[in-house]
Amino acid sequence: MTSTQTKNTGVVSEKHHHPPTTWKTYFSFSTDHKVIGIQYTVTAFIFFLIGGIFAMIIRGELITPESDLVDRTVYNAMFTMHGTVMLFMWTFPVLAGLANYLVPLMIGARDMAFPRLNAVAFWMVPVFGVILMGSFLVPGGAAQAGWWSYPPVSTQNPTGNLINGQFLWLLAVALSGISSILGAVNIVTTIFRMRAPGMGFFRMPAYVWTVLSAQIIQLFGLPALTAGAVMLLFDLTVGTTFFDPAKGGDPVLYQHLFWFYSHPAVYVIILPVFGIFSEVFPVYARKPLFGYKVVAVSSLIITGLSAVVWVHHMFASGTPGWMRMLFMFSTMLISVPTGIKVFAWVATIWGGKLRLDTPMLFALGGLVMFVFSGITGIMLAAVPVDIHVNNTYFVVGHFHYVIYGATVMGIYAALYHWFPKMTGKMYYEGLGKLHFWLTFIGANLNFFPMHPLGLQGMPRRVASYDPEFAFWNVIASIGGFLLGMSTLPFLLNMISSWVGGKKATDNPWRAIGLEWLVSSPPPVENFEEQLPIVIAEPYGYGKSEDLVANASELN
Amino acid sequence: MTSTNNAMPQGERAIASSDELQQYDRALLAEHEHDEEGNSMFGFIVFLLSESVIFLSFFAGYIVYKTTAIDWLPPGIEGLEVREPAINTVVLVSSSFVIYFAERALKKDNLWGFRLFWLLTMGMGSYFLYGQAVEWNSLEFGFTSGTFGGTFYLLTGFHGLHVFTGVLLQLIMLIRSFLPGNYEAGHFGVDATSLFWHFVDVIWIILFVLIYVWQ
Repeated sequence: MTSTQTKNTGVVSEKHHHPPTTWKTYFSFSTDHKVIGIQYTVTAFIFFLIGGIFAMIIRGELITPESDLVDRTVYNAMFTMHGTVMLFMWTFPVLAGLANYLVPLMIGARDMAFPRLNAVAFWMVPVFGVILMGSFLVPGGAAQAGWWSYPPVSTQNPTGNLINGQFLWLLAVALSGISSILGAVNIVTTIFRMRAPGMGFFRMPAYVWTVLSAQIIQLFGLPALTAGAVMLLFDLTVGTTFFDPAKGGDPVLYQHLFWFYSHPAVYVIILPVFGIFSEVFPVYARKPLFGYKVVAVSSLIITGLSAVVWVHHMFASGTPGWMRMLFMFSTMLISVPTGIKVFAWVATIWGGKLRLDTPMLFALGGLVMFVFSGITGIMLAAVPVDIHVNNTYFVVGHFHYVIYGATVMGIYAALYHWFPKMTGKMYYEGLGKLHFWLTFIGANLNFFPMHPLGLQGMPRRVASYDPEFAFWNVIASIGGFLLGMSTLPFLLNMISSWVGGKKATDNPWRAIGLEWLVSSPPPVENFEEQLPIVIAEPYGYGKSEDLVANASELN
Repeated sequence: MTSTNNAMPQGERAIASSDELQQYDRALLAEHEHDEEGNSMFGFIVFLLSESVIFLSFFAGYIVYKTTAIDWLPPGIEGLEVREPAINTVVLVSSSFVIYFAERALKKDNLWGFRLFWLLTMGMGSYFLYGQAVEWNSLEFGFTSGTFGGTFYLLTGFHGLHVFTGVLLQLIMLIRSFLPGNYEAGHFGVDATSLFWHFVDVIWIILFVLIYVWQ
């Protein structure tokens, strides 16, 4: 395991081991969690670009009130596949990649608990990605029922073929679910059973807490979606009537099964981003994370609450009044643990010695946009407001602030922050800042106009609209194209820095954490001679205490 | 790390200072890493908990359909025959005890005892599948006969798939018991198969109550 590494018993110094991998490793069935982490991340980013192209087509169509760019069936496939690709092919895999890379390093393990299972879970991603993309080639094209595939729209099957877009959509989503459950089993087992000596639960970085909370949601939520998907598949293929109201079926049951997972899925996405914020702010403000234990536990509270809020997506689905009230209340409760976190981050930054490097810029931008989406979230939780803006662009604007404003910005923050660790190279700060400003301005130009549009009543998922909505739509489209361009400096930065960037030191940000005690990139099994023996809480900024008892033996 | 080592399991206890480290046998550090059987069992239990949510979702759907349907039973169907499925239930539930004896025999290194009880379990599981197939054959409604037929075949079919998987796993474990020294290092495979079998059993009891008893 350490045969390729140079033995070293000296004091911690800036040594650079040979990277454990060559580029060919990334195309192999590697069981190294760091390789798999990067495989996930890069694969996901490719699909991010594909989903982005779909978004460009949507914004291109919507820049004029008439439906004049693509055929309406193509447009339906575009918004369906945009949502599906962005969630199942980009957000989940990239977060799985970050968790894969970071969690074993952060808790002081040599790898995940089940390395082969880990590789299997990853290699399913390209498989269902190909299935999903292949659905464009079957007669009738890709699925057109929106990313939630509500029956009866999703059970129409106009071409009459067994292998149709909707069928392949369900297949891909089911495979994605299996892959995610395998990943969740692996990550939860790793966090419970593989922590280094001394690494008690309240010595784990907040990011590990959020990953644990998110993966628990995957475990109890995904099976419900799978159950709904299986029933929908039977309705579509063999003619059962689970969701066919004409034959005694109940389409609302599908909505329950779908949202029982797919609302908590939003927390699966946002929780690790909360964790990233909790890691990034202390480093660039040079202060300990404010209220670490409360921040850690609040993640688990969100996990618990996430199981009892799903009906707020169904206020307009004939839901009885008492149920509306109940779920309005539980939904608003979510803002308590979330508010605790926002408060803690602000308190962490407050009075700190801020360094505005690219990761910090993205984290700050993400925080601002998250607070905005939180406010519109509370508005949407209120039944009267929700019914007023149901199925309008207000909802689209809200969740794009969550998904792009907070999540994608947070993921960018993480990618820049850990890029030196992952690659052993520094990125170019100027390109990073350019990327930030393009993203921040583009995202706000794109998604803010959706709120006034929704309040004025523009429905979502339409290819043509009343000319009175044109003003805000033009601005949103310009913002969308700006967002598309913003990925170019990012790609240029990542590729050129990895190939020819300046060598990074082991701890370029002077951050505190186990991953920063090993070389950049870390050796094959993370810790050279011994596992770390943890003797302190995380985030000891300004405390001049040691994190581990055996730092010299790790590297 | 073996369970006999009580020095520092999995970082549950925090180490307060570097002095405390002196009590720490450094050789143990290297061994701290992998309790692979323990990890596998933990992971398998987590997986089963997750898997149970699929059944819970189907059960919830069944209850919703049954309590809200206008015409629950398809035309011409009076209800389900309970006698044969009840016998089937007794066989399946008993097999959970038989597999326990198999496990106990293995723990005492009684390989032939293990194989005997294990084979008996497989026989009972197979009998259950056979009984299920006979019942399916005799029914006059199909998968597409409304939500009654749909949920009936969905639930019994999905459960039957699990029984089939269980018997398959048991077959693999039986074959492995003939490999010399296979179970000397540990028997995670047998323990997991046995746990899976209990799981399938408990699910069946709920299913039997929902479908056959509550008519």
